[in-house]
Amino acid sequence: MSIKDLLREHGKPPKEVYFDLENSGYVPDEVVEAIIPYFNKIGYGHPAITHKLGWEAFEVIDETKKLLARTINASGPEEIVITHSGTEANNLAILGHAIAHREKGGKILVSAIEHLSVIFPAEKAEKLYGFKVQRIPVDEEGFIDPEMFSAYMDKDVSLISIQLVNHEIGTIQNIRELVKIAKEINPEVIFHTDAADAFGRMRIDVKDLGVDMLTISSHKIHGPRGVGALFIKQGTKIEPILYGQLSSEKFWPGVENIPLIAGFRKAIELAFRDFDNNVAKVKRLRDKLMNGIIESVPEVLVNGPIGDKRVVDNANISFLYVEGEAITVEFSLNGIYVSSGSACTSRILEPSHVLLAIGRRHEEAHGSILFKVCRYHSDEDIDYALENIPIAIKRLRKLSPLTPPHLKGD
Amino acid sequence: MSSRIPLPYNPKIIELFRNPKNMGPMKDATITAIAGSPACGDMISLYLKIEKRNNEDVVVNATFESYGCAANIAAASILTEMIKGKSVKEAWMISWRDIADELGGLPVIKYHCSILAVGALRRAIRDYYKKMKVHPDWLPRDLTVEEKQTFEEEKMMEHLRKMRESMVKYK
Repeated sequence: MSIKDLLREHGKPPKEVYFDLENSGYVPDEVVEAIIPYFNKIGYGHPAITHKLGWEAFEVIDETKKLLARTINASGPEEIVITHSGTEANNLAILGHAIAHREKGGKILVSAIEHLSVIFPAEKAEKLYGFKVQRIPVDEEGFIDPEMFSAYMDKDVSLISIQLVNHEIGTIQNIRELVKIAKEINPEVIFHTDAADAFGRMRIDVKDLGVDMLTISSHKIHGPRGVGALFIKQGTKIEPILYGQLSSEKFWPGVENIPLIAGFRKAIELAFRDFDNNVAKVKRLRDKLMNGIIESVPEVLVNGPIGDKRVVDNANISFLYVEGEAITVEFSLNGIYVSSGSACTSRILEPSHVLLAIGRRHEEAHGSILFKVCRYHSDEDIDYALENIPIAIKRLRKLSPLTPPHLKGD
Repeated sequence: MSSRIPLPYNPKIIELFRNPKNMGPMKDATITAIAGSPACGDMISLYLKIEKRNNEDVVVNATFESYGCAANIAAASILTEMIKGKSVKEAWMISWRDIADELGGLPVIKYHCSILAVGALRRAIRDYYKKMKVHPDWLPRDLTVEEKQTFEEEKMMEHLRKMRESMVKYK
């Protein structure tokens, strides 16, 4: 069996539209061009060595951190650490906190719909360091009820990790209010928020939110994969989770990946250039896609909230009577690339924990498809998707024994 | 989303997914069987037309419907191809491995798709003989591995669903 044969059988569709920005991003030429020179033209030295090429490398790290600090209103670059990914930033926030506070212990609160790069490290902190993890339930749209939240809060809570925007259903959580409640009950508590799916899509102000740590991922803003960042408010106690020779970054032992960080810097610049217009464009295209699907395909469910409390780029739709993995393949054959919350695409038999947490039944979660729209999409891309999606769903529904007869006709 | 795994499908699976054979319900089916459940995300409906030919029960026609992934659709499709024209006894002997081989290989995590296809077939055959009130000597009294697996998966999903639904839902 060879993947080459699979790709040959698949063939190249007449047009291709990539909506799977949740799992891996599209990197525009401008970002690629910012990366390449740092391999062999400039700054390919070690950022902690005293020569020109080292200083050029250090400049990339320094400027990236200054830029990031400005975009989220941190006090300065000393509050930003660069990591290998958003996943590593979440691991560092949770395990780094757990190691630093392992003697005292206590509770770690996470929402039931957190990214697995938060849930798994929290479970590890429980196993390794004796913390107690509690998962806070959410309502049908993914929101945490403030009253419910305050019932979980007490002096024993050491760390809270709740994402600003949910990666699957786009729920914008009221972090500001949750931080306020948490710190009123326990001023010592550390509040981390995973903002990987919020950054570049809405204004973020760490002082206004009141958080102690905040995660950012490069690939979620059209930067390269393999870089992320963690905002750590000054005075927050945290231990490293990786060990080795340090240079500029105290949580990144080994040589920093300067080319990728240079790409990350360019991606941040582009995300914040003409920010409001870009966000408005993404929202318009997303609405066009989501409303277009609802109008042209019968019996679908929108997962997550509708309106201002849904992040601008996210469309998550369950197509009833068909299974998500089959949809991803069928769409792919037509040049539309998406992912699914179905169990069939996962290592375990359970579908997406996010969809189950908002009360979706298994068969509703199995048929879920996640689309993420970006500023690089055009109206023609959305039109192409809207032309092909109803046909693809119709074909799969024709195959399915669950489809009611009125949806099977031509 | 949840933890993922690469699924390097064989081209044969994509080909059958694109152009499934013997698809759709059969109006004059002798027997119909369903395996799996919507909750599993995997379900096959199998329709068989069985006739006596030279004193032998023969599968003269077979069609399917599938709610499931690409591998599930391909497995059900190829199974209908494999059993058409075979005696019921020969059809019974087809194992999940035979289907996987016929597909040119299945990713390990998708073995259950061919198990489910065999589960549906053997359920149909058992139901057929139950209906006919005969028990051929080659038909085992005990459930075979594939039937047990199918049954287990259905049972487990029913259990998981009940667990979820009994959890106090917060409004």
